[in-house]
Amino acid sequence: MIKLTIDGKQVEVEKDITILKAAKTVGIDIPTLCYFELRDMNIENRPGGCRICVVEIKGRRNLAPACSTKVENGIEVNTHNIRVLNARRTVLELILSDHPAECLTCAKNGNCELQSMAQQLGVRELPYQGEQSTYRKDTSPAIIRDIDKCIMCRRCEMMCNEVQTVGALSAINRGFMAVVAPAFEMNLEKSSCTYCGQCVSVCPTGALTEVDHSRNVINALADPAKTVVVQTAPAVRAALGEEFGLEPGTLVTGKMVAALRRLGFDYVFDTDFAADLTIMEEGSELLDRLSRYLKGDKSVKLPILTSCCPGWVNFFEHNFPEMRDIPSTAKSPQQMFGPIAKEYFGKKLGIDRKNMIVVSIMPCLAKKYECQRDEFKVNGDPDVNFSLSTRELAHLIKASNIDFNSLPEEEFDNPLGESTGASVIFGTTGGVIEAACRTAYELYTGKKLEKVDFMELRGFENIRHATIDFDGLPINIGIAHGLGNARKLLEDIKDGKSEFHAIEIMACPGGCIGGGGQPYHFGDSEILKKRAAAVYQEDAGKTIRKSHENPFIIQLYKEFLGKPLGEKSHHLLHTKYFDKSASVFVEE
Amino acid sequence: MAKIKLSERKIQELKEVCKSFNNEKGELINVLHKAQGLFGYLPAEVQEVIAKELNVSVAHVYGVVTFYSFFTMVPKGEHPISICLGTACYVRGAEKVLEEFKRILNVQVGETTSDGKFSLSCLRCVGACGLAPVVMVGEKVYGRVSPDGVKDIVAEYRS
Ligand code: SF4
Ligand code: SF4
Ligand code: SF4
Ligand code: FES
Repeated sequence: MIKLTIDGKQVEVEKDITILKAAKTVGIDIPTLCYFELRDMNIENRPGGCRICVVEIKGRRNLAPACSTKVENGIEVNTHNIRVLNARRTVLELILSDHPAECLTCAKNGNCELQSMAQQLGVRELPYQGEQSTYRKDTSPAIIRDIDKCIMCRRCEMMCNEVQTVGALSAINRGFMAVVAPAFEMNLEKSSCTYCGQCVSVCPTGALTEVDHSRNVINALADPAKTVVVQTAPAVRAALGEEFGLEPGTLVTGKMVAALRRLGFDYVFDTDFAADLTIMEEGSELLDRLSRYLKGDKSVKLPILTSCCPGWVNFFEHNFPEMRDIPSTAKSPQQMFGPIAKEYFGKKLGIDRKNMIVVSIMPCLAKKYECQRDEFKVNGDPDVNFSLSTRELAHLIKASNIDFNSLPEEEFDNPLGESTGASVIFGTTGGVIEAACRTAYELYTGKKLEKVDFMELRGFENIRHATIDFDGLPINIGIAHGLGNARKLLEDIKDGKSEFHAIEIMACPGGCIGGGGQPYHFGDSEILKKRAAAVYQEDAGKTIRKSHENPFIIQLYKEFLGKPLGEKSHHLLHTKYFDKSASVFVEE
Repeated sequence: MAKIKLSERKIQELKEVCKSFNNEKGELINVLHKAQGLFGYLPAEVQEVIAKELNVSVAHVYGVVTFYSFFTMVPKGEHPISICLGTACYVRGAEKVLEEFKRILNVQVGETTSDGKFSLSCLRCVGACGLAPVVMVGEKVYGRVSPDGVKDIVAEYRS
């Protein structure tokens, strides 16, 4: 153990930890900007570049950055004497001298760490008025890069390269012109970006934000000729409350439904319904491949990989196109919902698909891109018209003067609002495969599954595996969240080393509860854990907890779809994948 | 960015360069150095090949290329013009000469004219201080250049 004093307090900590963390143990929060950490997920950014976190160590000539200086026996640290405060303020003023003062119109207004730092340190004027670097804005289908607002903390680079192993971003140029950008400063759209949005989740400023589609939705709601239908993803209800000051992990399903109704949506439906449908199709596909494989069919590819995460789909289309026949062909729940709403529900009511607008509320930025993909359109009309993030929904509610916290709890509309516990857990890592197991077990064995909680599939470890007993048949399951972890499992498959029958992959650390469109967590991994707990809580509270028992799913197959993997399902609920490896950077 | 198509042979040569460094990520700077020797500059395609061979992202390679001013992504012009900005040249008005070149050629330092004829760069002292300000076009040295003389120098190579 190491003993030191921080602001006069005696501190005893393990060796090898930083002054920043040591100070936290005695309740001293040293301000940081470039530093970023998600504990439990091995995510840390410690470039030591911004120097906002400087502290004085008695007897040393230079101030030391607390985020990257280790504790030592006997040192006396001061985190707030006049020298430290002045240095910290100067650092901030210098950063601000090359930063556009556009807070009023910035998408990050109110959520910006640079802004709160200026407030915390009491900056009241900008003494250094220098030249400002100017870069053009880059708008992709999901993400806007407004790089003039980049402060070079390099968190996004860490996320994209180390955590996601996508490598779309890098620090470029130097000195005053230094920013983070894709290769050759091309648009993000031309890079290998998956739109997972994790860079947006961690960017402290407005340099990276999502493309906002709220206006399109407001316009659709105002158009009397349109029937506007909304679907909400599982992870949204576990996080939306945070935007209204509620404790992380507070489930706001009923209030969310009420708010959507107040906003004027004609039908408030649930993506969870489509998640149940996904399980029907994906689970059947798993069983189909498995039984053919067991019969000795050599053409069958195992493991089967889940395909409900569009960030992950983009990743393998770019990086592992030769393996694109392994993932399930089932569309994501968002994209299953679209055609069911327009082709089944809409037709039933006699509404032409052109007069129906389907909006999705997602924890996700990749879904913004996904709903724009050509294969998800009929004669140019997208199955899902607009995808809003959890954050955008919160803005919309606030802008409409709806007092969220005093809303009553309301129920989803039927038929596309009914869902089971299995579909709710789609929102967290491990949930999709658990839901699939519940259904596949019963369909395969013909027996009733007594214990529906597969605890062995839960948790936050980067890569998890478990063997599930299908009544004598051991099924090996793999789970990865975060694309870097997914890459490891894929490399194993490529090398013929994979022992798995089925693998669940989610692009975002933690799964969708940690999605790129969720309320900002500012590096607090406890928030993610609480969201996951909320999702499991909602599951446990449902009477029906297996997708194939959802009465409206049963009805949908009877009335319309026929059977899972049938012709109609194939046409409406399955998709194909493309080799996009070459499209990256090829410019004519 | 206009995309050049590298010949198979050149790509092979480039791969050999990477191989000579064991395709080591850590050797990126050395590989880029050699590659620039081979091609005279580092077009996007060259960076893509290097990224693939060394198994790093193209964005990272580009990051390194833009960090070091030694590396360039623009081919040198047929007649590379260098202006000495060493102390002696500087005090004798080299900056005005540079401004004049920029104006006449309509390029910035580090750029090449659109017809590919001239490129413009700056040098630190070339050791001909007696002739300051000094301008070099290819191997040829021009001494005591004044802003007025710039257009004559350019004209020599324009025809
Ligand atoms: S969205 Fe994901 S893949 Fe794209 S740049 Fe950001 S972190 Fe990288
Ligand atoms: S874009 Fe944002 S996260 Fe990335 S370096 Fe700039 S400020 Fe940091
Ligand atoms: S994990 Fe969820 S939020 Fe993240 S990209 Fe995939 S679907 Fe979107
Ligand atoms: S937070 Fe420590 S250097 Fe940036």
